[in-house]
Order: sequence, then structure tokens, then C-alpha cells
Amino acid sequence: MHIVVVGLSHKTASVDVREKLSFPEARLPDALSCMGRLDPVNENLILSTCNRVETYATVKEPNAGSDGIRKFFLDYHDLVDEKYANSLYSYQGRDAVRHIFRVAASLDSMVVGEPQILGQLKDAYDHALTNKTTGVVLNRLMKKAISVAKRIRTETKIAESAVSISFAAVELARKIFGELDGKSVMLAGAGEMAELAAKHLVNNGVKSVLVANRTYERAVDLAKEFDGRPVHYEDLASEMKHADILIASTGAPHYILTAKDMKAVIKERKNRPVFLIDIAVPRNLDPEINKIDNVYLYDIDDLESVVSSNIKERQKEAESAEEIIEQETDIFLSWLRSIDVVPTIVAIRDKAEAIRRSELDKSLPRLSGLSDKQVKQVEALTQAIVNKLLHEPLVTLKRTASDPEGGGHVESARALFGLDSETTDGAGLTVENPHPQPPLPRGEGDI
Amino acid sequence: MDRILFGVTLFFYFLATFHYLLYLINQREGIGKVCQISAITGFGLHTLALIHLAVQAGHVPITNLRESLFFFAWAIVLIYLFLEYRYKIRVMGAFIIPIAFLAVLSSLSFPEASVGAPPEYLHSPWLGVHATFAFLSYSAFSIAFGVAIMYIIQERQLKHRSVGSFYRRLPSVEALDELSYKAVAMGFPLLTLAIASGSIWANSEWGYYWGWEPKEIFSFITWIVYAVYLHARLIAGWRGRKAAYLAVIGFLVVLFTFIGVSLLMPGRHAFR
Repeated sequence: MHIVVVGLSHKTASVDVREKLSFPEARLPDALSCMGRLDPVNENLILSTCNRVETYATVKEPNAGSDGIRKFFLDYHDLVDEKYANSLYSYQGRDAVRHIFRVAASLDSMVVGEPQILGQLKDAYDHALTNKTTGVVLNRLMKKAISVAKRIRTETKIAESAVSISFAAVELARKIFGELDGKSVMLAGAGEMAELAAKHLVNNGVKSVLVANRTYERAVDLAKEFDGRPVHYEDLASEMKHADILIASTGAPHYILTAKDMKAVIKERKNRPVFLIDIAVPRNLDPEINKIDNVYLYDIDDLESVVSSNIKERQKEAESAEEIIEQETDIFLSWLRSIDVVPTIVAIRDKAEAIRRSELDKSLPRLSGLSDKQVKQVEALTQAIVNKLLHEPLVTLKRTASDPEGGGHVESARALFGLDSETTDGAGLTVENPHPQPPLPRGEGDI
Repeated sequence: MDRILFGVTLFFYFLATFHYLLYLINQREGIGKVCQISAITGFGLHTLALIHLAVQAGHVPITNLRESLFFFAWAIVLIYLFLEYRYKIRVMGAFIIPIAFLAVLSSLSFPEASVGAPPEYLHSPWLGVHATFAFLSYSAFSIAFGVAIMYIIQERQLKHRSVGSFYRRLPSVEALDELSYKAVAMGFPLLTLAIASGSIWANSEWGYYWGWEPKEIFSFITWIVYAVYLHARLIAGWRGRKAAYLAVIGFLVVLFTFIGVSLLMPGRHAFR
């Protein structure tokens, strides 16, 4: 049983290549079953998003398996051009497991730490479950990938800092005000970025929205959208005392608020802090304003620099995430080794034989009066007991090993016979499982 | 016995200081737990040590600098633990627990026992009342100071748009401003009670309420500084940076009143 990954991503292919090789949702059932019919493939799953198209599979033989899947990738899309083949990468074994964990944890994403990929991976897994193309190994791998991603999100701060202008505005507002509940925001001018930032602020607790616009009708419209209150443009300065946050994005060629205006505002506010966001070019707010106590003024460049330092912060966090990935990959691989049924059966037989042998060696010298024939009888008797006792468990192990729902018996058997607490050399195989885990619930609907 | 208790208390405060600083850097939940456990354990031992000292001396153990610093540190941790429980701002510990650690550490460098029998008036029950109010107010002001420092750092980061590591780790400026204010608002009535109870004690012991002792004068100055702080805040609407600087100045005055006066100037409050 080998795990392979074949696919392409924003790192290896431009969008025109990715779109040609993608699997649209409507064709996924067909693609999954076509891929499943490939000779070397046992279990398979397809993840197709705008930034990556990847297939995960278990195959009998890794090289032949990944070659077969590469070929499938091109054939399925009727593509022959070299450039498509060249954009595909493939991973096997440890690299494949690590890659899948990294994808799930958003370490391989365009913006590291953005969580959408995890949802996309869950959807891809759901499709595979509906089409019954996954089995013991991929089921376990997907559940593990999802839990690894969650572990990384809680144990590192990889997804914490804002990496877009509008979220950076929210993050700064929180660093100024703490909770945003009950705060109010004034929108001066309109524009996609300003409205987006306002929306994020409202989603994070901001209660009231004031809208000022050079054309009052526009202000009225926009205010309706936010359930807010329109304000006459010329009242901007006097209305500012009600606003804790101002998002300025008017096309005015001059400052709409001067330091003098702002001093009056802050006095009226009894020094309660104000956060001013100036995303207009040319700037709407006098830079001198920032010198006033309790006023925090950020222009578009300031926000950009917050974003870029946040991206650097995420990269730092990604390093500790990589350590977690390595640990979890180890754990998964040792589980994978343990479910291989043949070494388990051999180990159980060997253990039973060793016990039988040592008990006989202890008892035979004490049974001194036995003839050779009787000794042979005792040998046969003990052998028969061992065989009969082991028959049912071993047959069940073999039978359920190929059943996608029953793979858990191998683990239980290893635990019941105590195989992982010692080294067995039955098949020249050393079993190491530093983190024995209880078998996962087999329910499919729990994700 | 008390040496051992002093030692293990110090050890746990060292652990707590170390982990709070570590927590400030990496903010992992596990380390946060270690912080809390070591601070609470240290505090428990600290309390035992104080009880032991009090039983030995027969009065509240504040009659020399060693004991006073030890008691002061205890009051800081007491109020800090309450605030951490109440406001859940754990990074605050990195700015406050080191003060307690340093207070315990420096207390150990002062001589252990005073020479001769303590004067009769130290056995008055007023000693406990007066000293407890005084030390609780000092520790509230120390916490106001620690939080004001946090405010000053965070405000600078936000003003200069340099979102460094402190920016990420410290709470919002408004929360810090509010908390520093609350600590002062808590310390001020305690200081008022300390002065009032001292004055009643003086009257019952010597027949006058106010004797212009150095400690009395500087306590009064401290009281004025924080009265100005509260007035500026409530009436003139001072917030933020100016208020934070005032809290820092207030703390320097507290330090002088607490340690400087007792070391440098004569009077009943002088450490013997």
C-alpha cells in the first residue's frame, strides 16, 4: 500500500494551464470513477480548486502508480502538449503525506495561513465519500489532515494576523479600542475598499454607520445598505464627534479634515480615541493630524506596511507549523505500517509459537517418564491448541483487511496481542509505534 | 524556617517571571498555564511566610526594609492575581510579576532582624490596619505603573505605525488606559484610608493627628499626585498618554515615599 500525490498548483503552473487540467465539480463523479478504474489505483480523491488541482491515491506500486495517474491527468483532459506534463508534480510515501498535511494546513497556499483550502479539501473528501472511492487509508489520511490543520491553527498564530488592507483596518481598530461592540464608523466617500472595510468592521461588532458623500443621494443609498445614517458632506467635521472610526476615500483634491478640525473633534470627544483610515489618493486627511494625542491616522501606505509585516509574521509561524507537520507525518506513517495485515499475522503466529516453545521447554524435562512417541503427542497437542485458538482471529484479520470499513481490526489485534510493546522479527520487520492511538470512529458522516 | 519559605517563594516568583516574559514572546497557552500556576504557588508560599513572620514578631511584619519589601511584593501579587482573574489580560504579568520578584529579591539583601525589642506602640492593632492599607495602595499604584508602561509602548507602536512584536502581543490601548485608571482608582482610597488610620493611630498613641514627619509629608505629596491624576481624568478628560505619564510619575513618588523616606530620613517610619 503506497500513497501518491499527483497534481499541479499555482507554484508550478499558470492559470491557463490550471484551468485546462481542472476537474469541474459536475464532472467529479465521472473523473473519480475513471481514475479509480486505473489498474494500480486502490483508493482515490480529487481536489480541484482555482489554485491547485491534485489527486491523492493509494496504489500497489508507487512508480507505476504515479505514472499511471499522470497519464490519466492528461488523457482525461485530452491534452498532449509537453507543457502540461511538465507542470505536474508527484510525491510518494512520506513526501506525499507531508504534502497533503501542508496543503490542508494552508502552508502551501498562495497566502500562507488563509483557511479556505481546508473547506475545499473537506468538500473534495465529501465527493470522494459519496462516490465511495476512498477506503481505510485515505479516510484516515483525510481525517488526520483536517485535524492537523486544526491543530496548527490553534497552536500557531499562522492565521491570526490580517493579510488584506480591509482586515488590517479591523485588526488595528481592535488594537485601539479592544472590543468593537458599540463603536461607530463614518464612511466619507464610497469605493469598494472602503465599503469592504466598513463591512468587516460591522461584522466585528461596530454598531452604527454614518455615511457622508458629496452627493447626498449617494450617501442615502449607501446608508440604507449599512442600515446607517446619511450625513451632509458639509457637516462631516461636526459629525465626527459621533464617530470612533473614519474611513476616508473621497476624490477630493484637498484635505477634508485638517489638524485644527480634528483638535476640536477630540476636545469634544473628551479625548476618547479616534481611528482615522485614509485610503484616498490624493490623501483626504492632513498627516499633521497624527500628532494629536489619542488620534491614530493610517494612510494607504501605512496599511500596506501593516499587511506586509503581518505576512512576514505568518511566515515565521509557518516554521513552527512545519515541525508539527513532521511529527504528525511520523505518527501517520507508523499507523500505515501497522495496518499492513501480513506482518501482523506473522507476528501473532511467531509470538504464539515462542510461547508454546518456551512452555514446552519448561515442562518436558519434568515429564521424565515419556516415550518419544508421547513427546510427539504432546508437541502435536500444544500445536493444535495454538492453531485452533488463532484460527478465527487470523481469518477475520485477513478477511477484513480488504474491507474498507474493517481495517481497525489490525490495530486492535496488535494491541490485544501486545505486538507493539516489543520488537518482533517475524518478517524482518521492526514495528515502532511511539504514539499508539485508539482507532478512529469509522462513521463517515462526522465531517 | 522563614529562610526556607523566603527561598522557595523567591524561586517560584523567579519561575513566574521567567514564564511571563516567555509568554510575552510566544503567547502559547501552555506557557500561560505555567505562569499562572507558578504565580499562584509562589503567592501561597509567600502568604505562609508572612504568617510565620507575623506570629514570630507578634505584629504585622513591616518593621524593617526586609519585611516591608516582602509584604509589598505580597500585596502586588494579591492585586495582580485578582486583576488577571477579572480581566484575563495575562501579558500584564510580564510587566508586574517582575516587580514583585525584584521586591522579594532585594528584600533578602537587607538585614534580617531589628536590634533590640520593638517599641511598645508596634503592638497596637492599628499597625496592621494602617500598614495593610498603605501597602495595598502602593501595590495598586505599582500595577497602575506597569500597565501605564504597557500603554506607552502600545501607543508608540500605533502612532509610529510600526507594528512590531509588542503590537501583536499587547492588548488595546483603550483597555490598558482603562485598567491603569482603575488601578489608580483602587489605590487612591486605600492610600486615603492609610493616611487616615495612621493619623488616628498617632492621636491615640501620642495625642496628635499630624506631626509633619517626613513620611507624612511625602504620603501627602503622593496623595496630591494621584488626586491630580483622578481630577484630570474625571474633570479635564485626560486620557491616554498624558494620564500614563502621570501614573509613571506617581509611581516614582510612591517608591520614594515607601523606600527613600524610610531609609534616608528620621522619624517613626524609619527602618531600624
